[in-house]
Amino acid sequence: MPIKSYLAHPVPGKKEELMEALIRLGQCEVIPAKNQDVLALVTDTPDELSEELLKEKIEALESLKLLSLVSGFNVSQN
Amino acid sequence: MKKSPIDRRNFIKKMAMLSAMTAAASMFPGIIFASEQEKGIPKDANLDWKKGPCRFCGVGCGILVGVENGKPIAVKGDPNSKVNKGLLCVKGYHQTMCIQSKDRLEHALVKKNGRYVKTPLNEALDIVANKMKETIAAHGKDSVAMYTSGQSTIPEGYIASKLMKGAIGTNNLDCNARLCMASAVTGFMTSFGADEPMGCYEDIDYADYFVTWGNNMAEMHPVLFSRMLEQKTKRGAKIIDFATRTTRSSTASDRSILFEPQTDLAVANAICYEIIKNGWVNKSFVEKHCTFSKGLTNMGYGLEDHYEFTDKPEQIDFEAYKEFLKDYSPEKVSKYSKVSVKDIKYLARIFGDPNKKVVSYWCMGMNQHTRGTWINNLVYNIHLLTGKISQPGNGPFSLTGQPSACGTAREVGTFTHKLPKGVVTNEENRRLAAKIWKVPYERIPSKPTYHATEMFRAVDRGDIKFIWTQATNPLVSLPKTGRYRPGMQKDSCFVVVSDVFPTPTSDVADVILPASWHIEKGGLYGNSERRTQYWEKMVEGPGETTADAWMFIEVAKRMGYGDLFPYSKENHVEEIYNEYIQFHEGNKHGMAPLEVLKKESGVIWPYVDGKSTQWRYNAKYDPACSNGEDFHFYGKPDGKAVIWQRPFEDAPEKPDEEYPFWLNTGRVIEHWHTGSMTRRIPVLHQAMPHAYAEFHPEDAKALGIRNGEKIKIVSRRGSCTLPASINERGLPTKGQVFVPFFDENMLINDVTLDAFCPISKEPDYKKCAVKVVKA
Ligand code: SF4
Repeated sequence: MPIKSYLAHPVPGKKEELMEALIRLGQCEVIPAKNQDVLALVTDTPDELSEELLKEKIEALESLKLLSLVSGFNVSQN
Repeated sequence: MKKSPIDRRNFIKKMAMLSAMTAAASMFPGIIFASEQEKGIPKDANLDWKKGPCRFCGVGCGILVGVENGKPIAVKGDPNSKVNKGLLCVKGYHQTMCIQSKDRLEHALVKKNGRYVKTPLNEALDIVANKMKETIAAHGKDSVAMYTSGQSTIPEGYIASKLMKGAIGTNNLDCNARLCMASAVTGFMTSFGADEPMGCYEDIDYADYFVTWGNNMAEMHPVLFSRMLEQKTKRGAKIIDFATRTTRSSTASDRSILFEPQTDLAVANAICYEIIKNGWVNKSFVEKHCTFSKGLTNMGYGLEDHYEFTDKPEQIDFEAYKEFLKDYSPEKVSKYSKVSVKDIKYLARIFGDPNKKVVSYWCMGMNQHTRGTWINNLVYNIHLLTGKISQPGNGPFSLTGQPSACGTAREVGTFTHKLPKGVVTNEENRRLAAKIWKVPYERIPSKPTYHATEMFRAVDRGDIKFIWTQATNPLVSLPKTGRYRPGMQKDSCFVVVSDVFPTPTSDVADVILPASWHIEKGGLYGNSERRTQYWEKMVEGPGETTADAWMFIEVAKRMGYGDLFPYSKENHVEEIYNEYIQFHEGNKHGMAPLEVLKKESGVIWPYVDGKSTQWRYNAKYDPACSNGEDFHFYGKPDGKAVIWQRPFEDAPEKPDEEYPFWLNTGRVIEHWHTGSMTRRIPVLHQAMPHAYAEFHPEDAKALGIRNGEKIKIVSRRGSCTLPASINERGLPTKGQVFVPFFDENMLINDVTLDAFCPISKEPDYKKCAVKVVKA
């Protein structure tokens, strides 16, 4: 049950677009910075494989310039 | 109760989000996540949002604390606050997380046979009162002392002053604001005759230029810096960073100008030289509103015990001042300041341009300076010569570090020489205090005693035999702690510490009193822009935790002064504030009534006829101006501000062959001062777990030091071992080492020098000589 947090840096001018795309992907919680071009992102997936797949999808987003991992937690289900 | 997996998962998600946001905060100066806490709040939460000020810095952001079932669940920026308009920095958002820390001081502890014994608070207060009484009986009033804080509330500072000066009759009261704001106070008093900035934060919305003098606002005043960045984007306002180290503020500025430590004095004079030489003086302003003075020079540095100094001001004329400035041409100053002639002229042009509005900001770089009063005067000179003062977008603005350095330390006056109005040396001020306090006038001594450094020297010498500290951690924050730690451990002095968490200072206490954290009690703070903010008690504190003000009152009663402290436990904050504001009645310092403060998110004083005065000394905004002119500097008897002739003088200790580096100390965005609160907030602690020593990469290469390698910084006073930091957060100039002081496990103040400004008695933490060896 991984929970990971990232900083997602959008392509200039595409902050809103990136935010919407991430929300559409599901399993993502996003908080945009108010005065900088960066989003704080937390992913919450059932297992490592889903996490990898989600990460691939995020990295394929056209509005994303750079994704940097901040922290990772693996939470057992009970 | 065990947490359900869902709760735990949500908690971890919240932690993950906070880590991301904290990481972002360490990459982008002034970054703001406006909705961060609200996102983490469970949808069905039934929160009661209560307003107050942030517990941390002197910016004084308004916060809303979401309380559910008596627990603080969330913090968000108060959208009604004119300071932060709903924004907060990382420290602000996470502040309430420390209060549940496992090692919270919940009960009084009394040292018995070398061990701390949990003791009922009533008993501990009996011990404190008896010890104070016995000490006074045996050794006199001046053998007991109190050392308070710019983090104490206004009522706490007021009761401390009333107890020490009014009831006991000693001026042995000083506070940690001496370590951060004293030079700002003496700067204001000598130039204007009245303390605190004339402008307000709204200046940010109008200024064309922000010149920051030796401060790193991106990390230390982040919300204000984000407001400046907003104006940079919106209106093209420019930020000029003038400093001794490249920081996040420098990289976000339009121009970064570096200078050799201590030479800010010379550069400020060179700017004035250029202003005069190029005919940029606002002649009618200077003629109508300014006089010129000089004071004594070669004052020394206060390095020896019992050091005393009194300045002897002497009036001079404009021609003499102009003559004095001849030693400060940009060409001459450039040689030793390492600031190019071009950059000095560039700075002068900014101030000299009559069509540009300029605000100067500074904080510790100018205040913690062995010529702190002088450099404050010199920056005022620049604004006075050009008439850029007391107008929206134009003015010198001294920022405070602590949340109530202004409200409590400066306005209530918890310094040895101060009274709530005026100073102890002034008979009229003493008579007013005696009248309001209902004590005999003769009881308030007319001579100041110990300022902070001298107070701890007196403890070490054995002259002070009882000391009570509150909301402060001097054994981490004083300079040269290598002397003062063993001093406080001596049996000759009985030490009482009230605090929220254990600290290296409480480690040497004979009695530890469990203090309430700010939202566990009601109170008032006053921020950098003269804004007073009230809050009511929001949650119950654990165990026997009690507000400091109430502990003082209890001790005062036990000492036989009950009639002077007739306050009720439930309403003492209100009762004390209503008594206190009598000191400031009138249109120069009138404070808002409590009913107004309860409704508003802070109110700026002078509060006159239901209105705040945002720009003092300007007749358009300030009803206290009475000379019929546009401006009236009414703090001075002649209504004029003083332009001071102050020379450049060297630092007391400079790098030499044996100790070849400057040591500069300071703060980081994640931690509040000595870290006793923020190091207990997991997300802030993880983001910045320990201190470090920053080097210029060329110095590191020459010394053969790698990033992260343990090194030892050694001065003539002591040493400190830390990991090296190269090309990480900040970049000191070549020949300089920078170390933050928040880490009690790496005590850099064992290394610093206890030299101070002879006028303000504020120590200089920014300059001493050290060598670096491999650990
Ligand atoms: S800028 Fe200062 S007052 Fe504002 S939230 Fe941060 S620490 Fe608190």
